[in-house]
Amino acid sequence: MTQTASAAEAGATSTAASDDVPTIEPRASRSWWRLILLLIGAAVFLFPFYYMIVGSLQKTANTTLSGTLPQPGNITLHNYGQINAALGLGRAIINSGIFTGGVLLGTLVLGILAGYALAQLRFRGRGLLFAFMLLLLMVPFQLLIIPLYVIIVRNYGLGNNYLGMIAPFAINSTAVFIFRQYFLQVPKELFDSARIDGANELRVLTRIALPLVRPAVLTAMLLTFIGPWNEFLWPFLITKEQGLQPLAVALGNYIETVSGVATNPYGAIMAGSFVLALPAVVLFVIFQRHFVTVNIGSAVKG
Amino acid sequence: MTSVTAPRPKFPPLEGELRPDARPSGRQRLTRAAFGRNPIGMLFGAPYALFIALLFAYPLFLAVWISFHSYFFAAPGVSVPRPFVGLANYTAVLTDPAVRQAFVNIAIFLVINVPLTVILSLLLATALNAAIPFRAFFRTSYYVPYVTASVATIGVFLFILSPGGIFNHVLGPLAPVPSWLVNQNWAMPSVAIYVTWKSLGFFILLYLAALQNVPEELYEAAKVDGASWWHRLRAVTIPGVRQVTTLVSLLAIITGANLFTEPYLLTAGGGPDGKSASPVWLIYQSGIEQNHPDFASALGVLLVILVLLISAGVWLLQRRQA
Repeated sequence: MTQTASAAEAGATSTAASDDVPTIEPRASRSWWRLILLLIGAAVFLFPFYYMIVGSLQKTANTTLSGTLPQPGNITLHNYGQINAALGLGRAIINSGIFTGGVLLGTLVLGILAGYALAQLRFRGRGLLFAFMLLLLMVPFQLLIIPLYVIIVRNYGLGNNYLGMIAPFAINSTAVFIFRQYFLQVPKELFDSARIDGANELRVLTRIALPLVRPAVLTAMLLTFIGPWNEFLWPFLITKEQGLQPLAVALGNYIETVSGVATNPYGAIMAGSFVLALPAVVLFVIFQRHFVTVNIGSAVKG
Repeated sequence: MTSVTAPRPKFPPLEGELRPDARPSGRQRLTRAAFGRNPIGMLFGAPYALFIALLFAYPLFLAVWISFHSYFFAAPGVSVPRPFVGLANYTAVLTDPAVRQAFVNIAIFLVINVPLTVILSLLLATALNAAIPFRAFFRTSYYVPYVTASVATIGVFLFILSPGGIFNHVLGPLAPVPSWLVNQNWAMPSVAIYVTWKSLGFFILLYLAALQNVPEELYEAAKVDGASWWHRLRAVTIPGVRQVTTLVSLLAIITGANLFTEPYLLTAGGGPDGKSASPVWLIYQSGIEQNHPDFASALGVLLVILVLLISAGVWLLQRRQA
C-alpha cells in the first residue's frame, strides 16, 4: 500500500515538472546543452512556418537570404487575394469544416461507446472487435482506396458528396484505441457501486467514466481533427467538383496545376498554405497542455 | 504499446463482496454464456463493428476479389464481364519495373527515415525531459509540423527546395544540379527528410512519455554506481524506451508504403522518372488514372500482406528482446 502511494506520488511529481516552470538545475552546464539543442530543434521546426508567412507577403518572390526578413518595399496582401480568387477560400473552408465536423461527431459519439465497451464491458465478440480494431490500425487506409472507390463512388454514387467524403473516416480507430486505453485505467470497482445502485450502463459511462477521462477525450478529439482537416488523398479522389473540395484538396490541385500561370506562384501557394495550416496550429497551441499523458491515478485518489 | 500511451496505475483491489457479479443467478449465468457478462457491450460496440465491416472488412475482401479478376471501370449502368484471371494481376505487378522501383524507393526512405527519427527524437526528448525554461514552447514547436496539413508544409518545402530557392542560395556551389526535388538521386532522400521533419514531433512526445515512465530510481542508482552519461543512456534509457523504438520502425514502414501527397505534390508525380514513386502513388496512377483497378488491387493486397508480415516480425523481435 505504501509502495503504491509513493509510486503515485512520483507520478504526480513528474507531472508537476512537466509544467513550464523554470527551475534551477543542480548542474548548470548540462542545462545549457539541453537548451542549445532544444533551440536548434525549435529553429528547424519553426523556420518553414515563419518562411511561409514571409513568403506569402512578398510581392515578388525573394529567395535570397535577405528574403527571410520582411522587406518593407516588397510587402503585399495580393497573394491572399489571388489564392482566394483561384480557390474560393470561404467555400473550401466550409467544405473542410463539414468534412471534419462529421468525422468528429462520429468519433465522439460512436467511438467513445466502442472504446468504453472494449475496455470495461465483457460481451461476446469483444475479442474479435478488438482484434479488428488493431488490424484496422495496422492496415493503412490508403491501401484500400481502390475498393473504397469502387464501393463509395461506383456502387453508391457518393462521389462529389460529403457523406462519401466522411464515410471511410467516420470513426477514428486511433481515437477508439485511446478511449479504450484510458477507460481501462479507471478501476472497475469505481463503477460497480454505481451499478449496484441501479444506474444503467449509459449512465455509468456518461456520469462516471467520461468525466474521469475528459483529458483523453480532448486529446482524441484533437487527433481526430487533424485527420480530415489535413487529409488529401481521399477527398481528392472523390471530389472532382471544385465547389465541394476541402481546402487541402483545392490547394493541392492549385499547386499541381494552376501555379504555373500565377504571377508569383509561390506567394499564392504560401498564402493558401498559411490559411490551411492556421486552424490546426492555433488549436494545438491553445490546447498543447492536453498533449501530455495524464496520470489518472491522482484524479481517482483525489 | 499500451504503456506508451499512458501509464497504468496500480489500485488496491476492493473487497470481493462489493462486486455485483459475485454470485450470478441461474438465468444470469445463461445470458452470460450466450452474450458475455455485459451484453449491452454488444450494443455499444455495434456501430463501430458495422463501420469496420462495411468500410474495412468488405473493401478488403473486394480488393482480393478484384485482384483475381479482370476489372475496369465501365460507364455507369453498363454491365461488363469480369472474368476470373487467376494470378495474372499479381504476375503483372511483380514483373512491373515501376513497382520494383517503388520498393527500392521505400527502402531508401526507410534507411534514411528510421535512424534519423530514432536518434533525433530520442535526443530531443531526453533534452526535454528535465525542468528547463520554455519547456512548453519547445514541445509545442516540435509538434507543429505534425499537426499541419501535408499540403501546406509541402507548399513551403517546394519554395525552400526549388532550384532558385533559399536552400540552394545558402548552399551556393554545393547545391546539386538538377535541384533536390527534380534530381534522380536526391528526390527520394528529400522526401524522407521532409517526412522525418514532419513527423518527428509525434515521436518526441512518445519518447518523452516513455522516458517519464522510466523510474527515477534507476538513474539515481546508476549515478551512485558512477555510471557515465553514455552508460546510463545504454543501460537505462534505451531499454526503457524500446517499445517506442519498435513503434517508430513499424510506423515508418507503414508510412513509407503509404506516401501519396509527397510524391504527388512535392516531386510532381513520383518524379523524376519514378525515382520517388511510392506503392500507393502507383495504386492511384494505375487504378484511377489508367483504369486498371485490378492491377492496383493486386498491388494493394500484396502491400497489406507485406505490412502485416513486417509488423508481426517487428513485434515478435521486440517480444523476444523484452
